[in-house]
Amino acid sequence: MARTDIGPPHYEQFLPPVIKENYGKWKYHEILKPGVLKHVGETGEIYSVRVGSARLLTIDRIEEYCQLADKYCDGYLRFTSRNNVEFLVSDPAKVEPLLAELKEKGFPVGGTGNALNNIIHTQGWVHCHSAATDASGIVKAVMDELYEYFVDMKLPAKLKISLACCLNMCGAVHCSDIAILGIHRTPPKIQHEWVAKQCEIPTVVASCPTGAIRPNPKEKSVVVNEEKCMYCGNCYTMCPAMPIADPDNDGVAILVGGKVSNARTVPMFSRLAIPYLPNNPPRWPEVTQAIRKLVEVWVQNARPGERYGEWIERIGWEAFFKIADLPFTDKHIDDFIFSVPTFRTSAQFKF
Amino acid sequence: MAELKTPLLDQLTTGPWPSFVADMKRLVDRKPTVADVLAQLELSYEEKKGHWKHGGIVGVMGYGGGVIGRYSDMPEKFPNVAEFHTMRINQPSGWFYTTKALRDLMKIWDKYGSGLTNMHGSTGDIILLGTVTDNLQPAFDEFSDLGWDLGGSGSDLRTPSCCVGPARCECACIDTLDLCYDLTQEFQDELHRPMWPYKFKIKISGCANDCVASIARADFAIIGTWRDDLKIDQEAVREYVNSGFDIQGVVIDKCPTKCLTWTGSELVLDGSNCVRCMHCINKMPKALRPGDDKGATILVGGKATILQSAFLGWVIVPFMKLEKPYDELKDLLRNIWEWWDEHGKVRERIGELIYRKGMRVFLKDLGMDPLPQMVFRPRANPYFFWWPEEVNQG
Repeated sequence: MARTDIGPPHYEQFLPPVIKENYGKWKYHEILKPGVLKHVGETGEIYSVRVGSARLLTIDRIEEYCQLADKYCDGYLRFTSRNNVEFLVSDPAKVEPLLAELKEKGFPVGGTGNALNNIIHTQGWVHCHSAATDASGIVKAVMDELYEYFVDMKLPAKLKISLACCLNMCGAVHCSDIAILGIHRTPPKIQHEWVAKQCEIPTVVASCPTGAIRPNPKEKSVVVNEEKCMYCGNCYTMCPAMPIADPDNDGVAILVGGKVSNARTVPMFSRLAIPYLPNNPPRWPEVTQAIRKLVEVWVQNARPGERYGEWIERIGWEAFFKIADLPFTDKHIDDFIFSVPTFRTSAQFKF
Repeated sequence: MAELKTPLLDQLTTGPWPSFVADMKRLVDRKPTVADVLAQLELSYEEKKGHWKHGGIVGVMGYGGGVIGRYSDMPEKFPNVAEFHTMRINQPSGWFYTTKALRDLMKIWDKYGSGLTNMHGSTGDIILLGTVTDNLQPAFDEFSDLGWDLGGSGSDLRTPSCCVGPARCECACIDTLDLCYDLTQEFQDELHRPMWPYKFKIKISGCANDCVASIARADFAIIGTWRDDLKIDQEAVREYVNSGFDIQGVVIDKCPTKCLTWTGSELVLDGSNCVRCMHCINKMPKALRPGDDKGATILVGGKATILQSAFLGWVIVPFMKLEKPYDELKDLLRNIWEWWDEHGKVRERIGELIYRKGMRVFLKDLGMDPLPQMVFRPRANPYFFWWPEEVNQG
């Protein structure tokens, strides 16, 4: 029987020698050009070349990365928290040849400094049971559309876009500059005979954040109060006999202005900008155009160094909706548990 | 097998960003599973609807987590993905690899799986997408032989993850990689055998820039910081300014507490007002550094929206020294888990439990003192509780 509970291999065996020597002794870093970082330590330097990836990678693509790392990086590479590959180059003479080969292969180099970073995202229709939209497809379409902002550093500040294909938010998109979120808009359809066979009624009842689900003892099933249901799909996660996917109504919501870094301003949640855009595979034109527009109003109006949410908080959300030319609807006013602190309790606002 | 036709997906093979469709299509001839994934995905694109089912207990001997069961809901049409389970492999700290290690992993995944991966999943694991039940154990055996192990899933400790830390960052105030490795090894049982109310995520960032988004995405966020004053190299500051750097606009005016002033020749810090946000250090990495008295702030409760709203992590320990063997931190984790185990309802995250019971109960049960650093501002209502021993029982 195989050994269990051994944990991951120790990271030290995967560190390039210059990193081992300068571990904890780094002095500073510079961004030499988009996607190329130089870290200077007490006894050496390392160049990191950041390459955007689709996250959904085949073993063939990983082999391609390995061949590049063997050729230019003595076999060392790493991945980032945003699904980029970083080629760790110890020999400065190999940086330009690596960049040339990456260009030839069509691997995008960028994502550093005031750039669009790679989109973090979930599985979508490629592999998830509860997806209200696809993930990899929209990400590809959006990154194609905004490619210029990944490979250059011409934005006011960093731009982090994330996608979660349903409200479970495996991608935890709730603190992103721009969040793309798959949503349902209709209550689950109850398959009573299967609920009785497959599901634990008390668990299903407890799974509903708005208390919309009651037991239905006659059918050994449940009833959903449709007025209370806000389509989160949590009941479906607990009970497969309550499917919520609805091709005619599922789609995408866009939230903006979140950040996790503490730099300057405290971390902030993303907030609703566009309640619904249709699923329109394979390239989701409504979504990509909406995001391009959202990025452009920020580029045109933010001060240098202002993240998306910092810009909006400075000008005010009422001004944002006007500048971004977005309708403000009843969907934008919170009616969930912690809504009250978002209501304006002041005579200060802009027209 | 019928020829694979995917006219919708093929539209995702153009454009400058790497195409997952073009990448996957290279495997179609070798991997019938990948052909069926693409065929089923094409159907999803036609119908605007997913075709996967969850459920079914699958796994490897001795473990309760690490494998996620996945099935096509149209197994007759797509027989090669009738079973298409995910294996989560625990990533090395900081996601560093040698090509040898990656090739070893991929060789096993080629032998037993679809050849599809995510590098990496949201929690941090190496995600291996798609194999059948019968291959799970032999694949795991070979991974284990090479020194790799499964990550977490279900109601257990999820695979801890960390930023690049001291391996390649001058801002790291703690050894994120060592701490991540140490905690992962220490809590192997908690990681592999789900026995809690729900999932529990630990993420470790070396500084307040929080590159692994710990404050938003971890039930237990460890964020490196310092207690003394940040360090200023005045000569290097002058070099920035002399090279045309707008110190007033880019640094001084953006400081959230206005604790920096530029005299024209010197950068003056009002250390007692600094909140260690990292902005000035980010902008002048050659001149400014974190202080010497380093440690971490611990925040609890971060999570996404499901179920009772998204929470950002709440400060529960403003500063903790973090040095091997990290006993204080491990004791705190064990105490939190014990309290959560005792009071938590099924599928109740720690943050939701603290909100339900009240922070005062959490702090009291854990023997922690309330501190002003825990709140932005105190309550504005008079509805507070007294403990029995605080009032006259007469």
